[in-house]
Amino acid sequence: MAKTAEIELASVSKIYGTTTAVHAISLKIPAGSYCCFLGPSGCGKTSTLRMIAGHESVSEGDVVLGNKVVNDLAPAKRGTAMMFQSYALFPHLDLVDNVAFSLKMKGVGKEERRREAIEMLKLMQLEPYVNRRPAQLSGGQQQRVALARALITKPQALLLDEPLSALDPFLKIQMRAELKKLQASLGMTFVHVTHSQEEAMALADLVVIMNDGRIEQAAPPREIFERPATPFVAGFMGSHNVISGRPVANAEGKATIEVPGGGQFSAFGRAPEGQEIGSIAVRTDRVLLEEATEPGFGFAGVISNVEDLGATVKLSIQGAGLEDFTAILGDTAYFAKPVKPGDAVHVSWAPAEAIVLGHI
Amino acid sequence: MSGSRTNDTGRQFHLPAWLPAYLQAAPLTIILGGFLLLPLLMIAIVSFWDYDFARMYPDFVTFNYSETLGSWITWKTYLNTLKFAAIVWAITLFIGFWVAYFLAFHVRSTAMQMVLFLVCTVPFLTSNIIRMISWIPVLGRNGLINTALVNTGITTEPVEWLLYSDFAVVLAMVHLYTLFMVVPIFNTLMRIDKTLVEAAHDAGATTWQVLTNVIVPLAKPGMAIGTIFVVTLVMADFSTVQVMSGGQSASVALMMKNQMSLLQYPAAAANAMVLLVLVLLLVAAILRVVDIRKEL
Repeated sequence: MAKTAEIELASVSKIYGTTTAVHAISLKIPAGSYCCFLGPSGCGKTSTLRMIAGHESVSEGDVVLGNKVVNDLAPAKRGTAMMFQSYALFPHLDLVDNVAFSLKMKGVGKEERRREAIEMLKLMQLEPYVNRRPAQLSGGQQQRVALARALITKPQALLLDEPLSALDPFLKIQMRAELKKLQASLGMTFVHVTHSQEEAMALADLVVIMNDGRIEQAAPPREIFERPATPFVAGFMGSHNVISGRPVANAEGKATIEVPGGGQFSAFGRAPEGQEIGSIAVRTDRVLLEEATEPGFGFAGVISNVEDLGATVKLSIQGAGLEDFTAILGDTAYFAKPVKPGDAVHVSWAPAEAIVLGHI
Repeated sequence: MSGSRTNDTGRQFHLPAWLPAYLQAAPLTIILGGFLLLPLLMIAIVSFWDYDFARMYPDFVTFNYSETLGSWITWKTYLNTLKFAAIVWAITLFIGFWVAYFLAFHVRSTAMQMVLFLVCTVPFLTSNIIRMISWIPVLGRNGLINTALVNTGITTEPVEWLLYSDFAVVLAMVHLYTLFMVVPIFNTLMRIDKTLVEAAHDAGATTWQVLTNVIVPLAKPGMAIGTIFVVTLVMADFSTVQVMSGGQSASVALMMKNQMSLLQYPAAAANAMVLLVLVLLLVAAILRVVDIRKEL
């Protein structure tokens, strides 16, 4: 299909009146990759996407597509196509005319554009419905129409604004797989905005986590999951316990912090210099109910809550100044030695499971 | 019914299940029946009566219709009324659409939208007659426009066709009825999802193409409702035509009024029935073209 383009953001800002929605973010999205912008609502991810698409003006900085600065180009001139959250299908047109819309705008003849649109609809397995209106389709079918309408422009990059949020959970997983398959077969750059960690993990080659208008971390999903860069990322991904405190030692590649409640915790890694607060992250599913073999890699506490989640059991533990420390045990490990709320336990983890977090 | 059950301890009063529904429907039924259906029925009956210069005679004659439909004057009057309806419809649709479009898509804040919308409705706080009559000092032979034209030397003589002409009739009708076009179109436009406009731009549409391919097609139901308002109002109008044309132009309603002042009630009734059928046919035609169900 069409050639695909690299997308580069060079200290791009979006300022609405007095509020800054996006703070000078810089990012390179390699050509042909699946990139997910992930973050809570209001973090600036949708504004960023809309600036790439051209539906929002860039306040400062440059948006580069391929080798071209596209700041001042109209959406259709950029070689991007956008898929809207609610799909924005034209209710008064049938599927063929919806998909053929951009061709009609270009002045392609009726016969030709209808033929091309029907071909695209065939590709999306919507052939039986070509004469229907969007309102007569299910959510998943509407989404495929929206995809067909976006792809018929032969874009270099497809921008998707929370494309799966309107679907029910079962369909969501199914459409997620279809999106991934489509992206792989087209080899096109996809930029996908979502607030679901699971979606980002499942789809992305590159996950960009945003918070408060800034990029917290941009990395492959595995790295985001295993080595979150900041306390926000660790907390948002939910895979780690974040322990924050005052740095007390930073020697031999081992950083130690002291939590207000008294406990000291260590992790191997370089702590950022000259900061008031240091943070350490510990994988929730690597926590053991054993006494620590080395100081700084465990504590004694009290179980405050137990949730049986089926394959795993989630324990909430209080102690050593930590309000809510989560341990996720496999069901076999838990039922070999069950505990209940109120029990005093020792908690520990292997030194390799603790990492030092940075602050931005 | 429950009264027959002897083991009931407390005597309970039960309404039959069907009664509340009928009671709820009753007020509207009475109003529509008493003020719409009954008078219509009376007009229909009277249209078949005989009459002379002094009174009507209950009868079943059809010459009221044959005289109405057989007269060249009637056809000319109907054509004239339809001409007014068509011109006024076209102008109010044009103005109404652009006003509504501006309000819905180019006024950003909702508060400003509401303020401007209310400004549009302010003239409607005065009576129709007063708004119509206030055109006379503007358009008259010694009115504002003519005085200005003569004084600036653009024309040497006052322009005659400004007042008491078809132009004046159309102008006054447009003034009176444009709001009936603005309101339903504005209502429809406000319901258009703004992301549709973005999606159209994303597909490469220019602003004009967005207008012709997305906004106008989606505004059709509002246009149809506005059209029904304007067409029925113009078809039934007699005061505007009488005042603004100075009696030089005729409309169907004006013809009926004249017949009634000559006590020719059955003839007027027959005329009314013909007009009713014509207007209903027009509305049916509009509804065939545009589906307005979503707007109701």
